[in-house]
Formats: sequence, C-alpha cells, structure tokens
Amino acid sequence: MAEAPQIPDEAETRARWGAFAWTDDNQKKANEILGRYPKGREQSASLPLLDLAQRQVGAETQTQGWLPVPVIEFVARIIGVPYMRVYEVATFYTMFNMAPVGRYHVQVCGTTPCLLAGSDDVMAACKNRGLIKGATTPDGLFTLTEVECLGTCANAPMVQINDDNFEDLDYDRTTVILEALAAGQVPTPGSTIGRKSSEPAGGPVALKAMVDENHDYRGEWA
Amino acid sequence: MLADKDRIFTNVYGFQPWNLKAAMARGDWDKTKDLMVLGQDGIIDKVKASGLRGRGGAGFPTGMKWSFMPKEPKADRPNFLVINADESEPGSCKDREIIRHDPHKLIEGALIAGFAMRARAAYIYIRGEYIREAETLFAAVAEAYDAGLIGKNACGSGYDFDVFVHRGAGAYICGEETAMLESLEGKKGQPRLKPPFPAGAGLYGCPTTVNNVESIAVVPTILRRSPEWFASFGREKNEGTKLFQISGHVNKPCVIEEAMSISFRELIEVHCGGIRGGWDNLLAVIPGGSSVPLVPAKEIMDAPMDFDGLKALGSGLGTAAVIVMDKSTDIVRAISRLSYFYKHESCGQCTPCREGTGWMWRVMERMRTGDADISEIDTLYQVTKQVEGHTICALGDAAAWPIQGLIKHFRPEMERRITEKNGGGLSPMMEAAE
Repeated sequence: MAEAPQIPDEAETRARWGAFAWTDDNQKKANEILGRYPKGREQSASLPLLDLAQRQVGAETQTQGWLPVPVIEFVARIIGVPYMRVYEVATFYTMFNMAPVGRYHVQVCGTTPCLLAGSDDVMAACKNRGLIKGATTPDGLFTLTEVECLGTCANAPMVQINDDNFEDLDYDRTTVILEALAAGQVPTPGSTIGRKSSEPAGGPVALKAMVDENHDYRGEWA
Repeated sequence: MLADKDRIFTNVYGFQPWNLKAAMARGDWDKTKDLMVLGQDGIIDKVKASGLRGRGGAGFPTGMKWSFMPKEPKADRPNFLVINADESEPGSCKDREIIRHDPHKLIEGALIAGFAMRARAAYIYIRGEYIREAETLFAAVAEAYDAGLIGKNACGSGYDFDVFVHRGAGAYICGEETAMLESLEGKKGQPRLKPPFPAGAGLYGCPTTVNNVESIAVVPTILRRSPEWFASFGREKNEGTKLFQISGHVNKPCVIEEAMSISFRELIEVHCGGIRGGWDNLLAVIPGGSSVPLVPAKEIMDAPMDFDGLKALGSGLGTAAVIVMDKSTDIVRAISRLSYFYKHESCGQCTPCREGTGWMWRVMERMRTGDADISEIDTLYQVTKQVEGHTICALGDAAAWPIQGLIKHFRPEMERRITEKNGGGLSPMMEAAE
C-alpha cells in the first residue's frame, strides 16, 4: 500500500527507544492514572498510558509523538498484560501514531458537516502550503491527515493541530495559521472569525444576559 | 422561543467561567444533599415523571433505565454509572459545550444519578480528541473533590461516591455502550453481544448503566424545578428541553437549547438566521446526526423536532444534530462521505459491516461520478438491507440508513448522473427494432 505509514527499521527503533522509561513528572501522572481503576483492573489504564507515552516520545523528539514498539512493550509491562493486548489497542484507536509524525500534526476534518461548510478549501490550503496528505513535509514540520468528525460541527470547517482546534476556517485563514506555525508563532486557537464558541456569528440570540455578567436565573423561576 | 429562565445550560456559550465558584453562583450544587434526601426511588420516580428520554440518540426513558439496576448491590459487585461523552456522531457538538462550559452540571448530575442507581462510582468516558475539554473536566472534578461535593460523604449526605474521567483515543464505535465498556477495560472498542445487558453485567462484569452527558446533566435542574416544569415543554412522550446543534447551510450555525417539538422552521429562523439563500433553496436535512436518513425539504419544513415527529417522517431525532443542505449540495457526495465515515469507523468484528461498509462506500463513489449502471441502485439498496440488522451493534444500521434515505428521496438524481455519464438520453435504438 502506497499510503501505508513508513515505520522505521526495527533495530533502529529498538536502539533508540529500548530504554524508554517515564520521566519523573510522567511517573507521577502514570501513578495517578493507575489509581483511577480498581485493583486487578490495571489494563483499564492502557489508553491513558499509551497517550502519556506518546506525549513523552513527542516531547523528546519535538513532534506530536508516536508509539515505537519498545514503548508499547513498556506500557504492556506496567499493566501486566501480553504485548499483543496493548499493540492491538494501539492500532485500533486513531489517535495513536504508529509511525513518526511532524512537529505539527494537522488533522483536517472532512466529514459531511465540515464538507458542507467548505473543508475542501481547508484541505486545498494545506496542500498549496506544501503539506502532503498522509505524509510529513521534508522539513519535518507538518504531517497532514484527513480525520473523521471531531465534534465541532457548529464551528465547521475545522482543523485540529496537536492539542488545539482552529474553527470557522476558510482557505485564507487556514493559510495564515499554517504560516504562523511555520514561522514559530503560536496562533490563537478557537474560532477564527471572533466567535466565543458555538453561539450564532454576531452574538447570541438567547442568553444575552450571560454575555456581560454571571447571571443567576433562579430569581425568575416561577 | 424558550425563555432564558427556562434554559438549563445557561453558560452553554462559555461567556462566563466554568469553575465551581461561578457555577455555584448560577445555582449548581445548591443544597444537593436536600435533593438526595428524596431517596433513591424518589429520584427515579421524579425522573420518570419528567418524561426525560435519553439524549444520546436512542431516546430510551432515562428513569426506567435506572430502575433496571440492582436495588441491593453485592459488596464484590458494585453498581457503576458510565457517562457517555464519546460524542462522535457527525453533526453532534453539544456534550462538548456542556463539558467545557458547564462541567459542574454534569458532575452534580453524576452524583445524583449515581446515588439513585446505587452506584459506587461514575466513569466519564470523554472522546480522546476533546483534549482541552478533558483538561477542563479533570480540573472541575478535582474542584468538586476538594470542596467535599464528591468522594467520601459526598455533599455531607453520608454517601460515598467517586467520579473518574477516562479519555478515549479516537474511535467512533466507543460511543456504543458495550464498546465503551470494553474500551474502559483497556481493550479494543468492539461491541459485546447482548444479552447480558450492562445493567446485569457491564463494566468489570458489574451492573452498569451508560447514560449520555446531556441526560445526566439535566437531572439536578429537573429535581430543583420539578418534573412537571420539565414535562411542560414539548409534546406528549417527547417532553423537555434539548440542545440542538445546527450545522451546514444555514446563515448562522449554532448550538441552542430549545423546547422539544419546536418546528424546524422556527428553530432555523429564530436561531440560525434562516436557510442560506432562503427557504426555496433548501434541499434536504439530516435531522439527527449522520446515522438517520435524510428528509427532503418540503417534508421537514414545518415538522416538529422531536422523537416521534421525525420518526413519522422515516427519520429520527438522534442527538438533535441538524445537518442542513441547500440546493448547491452535491447530495450524493454528502452521503457518500458518510459512507466513508462508517467504513473508516467499522470496528471489523461483524462481517456484514466490515465488508459491507467498504463495499457500499465504493459503490457510492461510483454513484457520485455516475460511473455505474442504473440496476446497481437496486443492488446497492439490497446490500444495505443485508447489512441492516445483521450486526452486533447498530453501526451497520447507521451505515445503511443514510444510503436508503438517499435512494428513497433522490433516486432520480442518481439515475440522472448515470445516464449523463453514459452519453445522455436513451441508449441508441437497435436497427432491427424499428
């Protein structure tokens, strides 16, 4: 398959990641995660621990992070299940990257609500900026993925870049965000047309009293 | 329009802070202990009386669902409440607003619902892509613990109740309740066969109820304002208020809480500034998230937006995610993109769905370009019928219904494309047939 992710050579991966262990900070987080589940149910922590591991790999490589095989083995050892039980989980869920990604993982939503609102333009802006769908740019800066509905439909079209959403996009505003990231700036997440969140553009029709004060409606309850 | 004083989610747009102090000033966590004094069965009776039906799509009566839980849980098999915040249905974006702007309504609801069903703890399963939203939720839960509202002797009621947040990692299917339980147990999110139902054997084999975020978050307000107040909105058997999420070709897409059974026209006119290009430009609407069949313009315009009203149109309210399409829409592409979605999200467990979703998408793509034979429309319809109802969970049905809706209402458009692609008009008449 031409689109299959290019997973690095196993010996190379093992040499780089064989000694993977939590940082002090992440050790604390891992303990806290394991504390959420009953004794004997450590396997429940597989998703959060894989996420934590991917973030640590990301921090070490200055990317969004991915899951090399030795890191998956590490997680399997912590929760005491065979490697395959964790590997099948890592490959099942889309947020786990099975191959290295770039500094910024640009995830364009292409499902119907975003499609109707113009996700083709967002995708075109990404491609014209030199991003390649399913691959990383040669400078290692951007990986472009088309993803399925990210639950921001009233603010479509949108893109999620690493941990942040950029909403209400069009071709030009997408380009501005990508240029800002390439220039090392931090664009403001959220709506790009000045909406607070999912209220109608131009200001809310309902709950106008909430805009300026933390209004308590209980006095008006009959 | 629903009066602002009758809205449950007053901070839905996040103009005010989500934190505990601000939430309490808006009326959350106000004498929660007094609500719990109603007793477990008292709360369930009130929720039943309010007519609240599950807000996650299926519309099952919430109070009745809670009453299925064992009344006397055994020490080694505690009851669990699992809250479904894996909002992944294309078009849906309401739980996100509750979680990031009004999380304390959800946490207070979790305590009351958990108490009513005699649960030992609640797990809130939030979809992995809601990264910032999960950060807010973790912080809000920590605030509630610090204030003694949950945990040991929650709200001074003498009841011990924990709330845990569990992040998913990107899988639509985990919104299906048994897939969610598998995922919570750290496995692939593949749905379980039912029976046993979760109320008998759910999370870790213990009795479990899975509820949508909105169903849980409205409960404290229902108890405070009375079931009769909640039931005063909407038609019979469709009572209450509901967060509608309107996306697509309206002038101003938004999320808005409205009374159930509001007409489609009023919903769009009042809150969304009308249809883009006017009402004559409306082509079709998917009224309840991608899994329900589309409804053509003339049928939906004045229809009531509730469970039974939309069922009568051969569709459904689902999550009340209203996807509006005007006449500029490539309707076959819009539905084909949904077919791609289901192909992408099929968990691969049942053959009809795993193979069928991919097959249906490939044929839909040929329908989009017209590169097909007219008889294939019937073949496609037959295949959707063979996927529907032959899988463990409803994803197979959800993949079949949008295509069935398309064929039912837009067959002429599909035929037109095929005819045009094949040179237009009728095929040349054979000489001998003169």
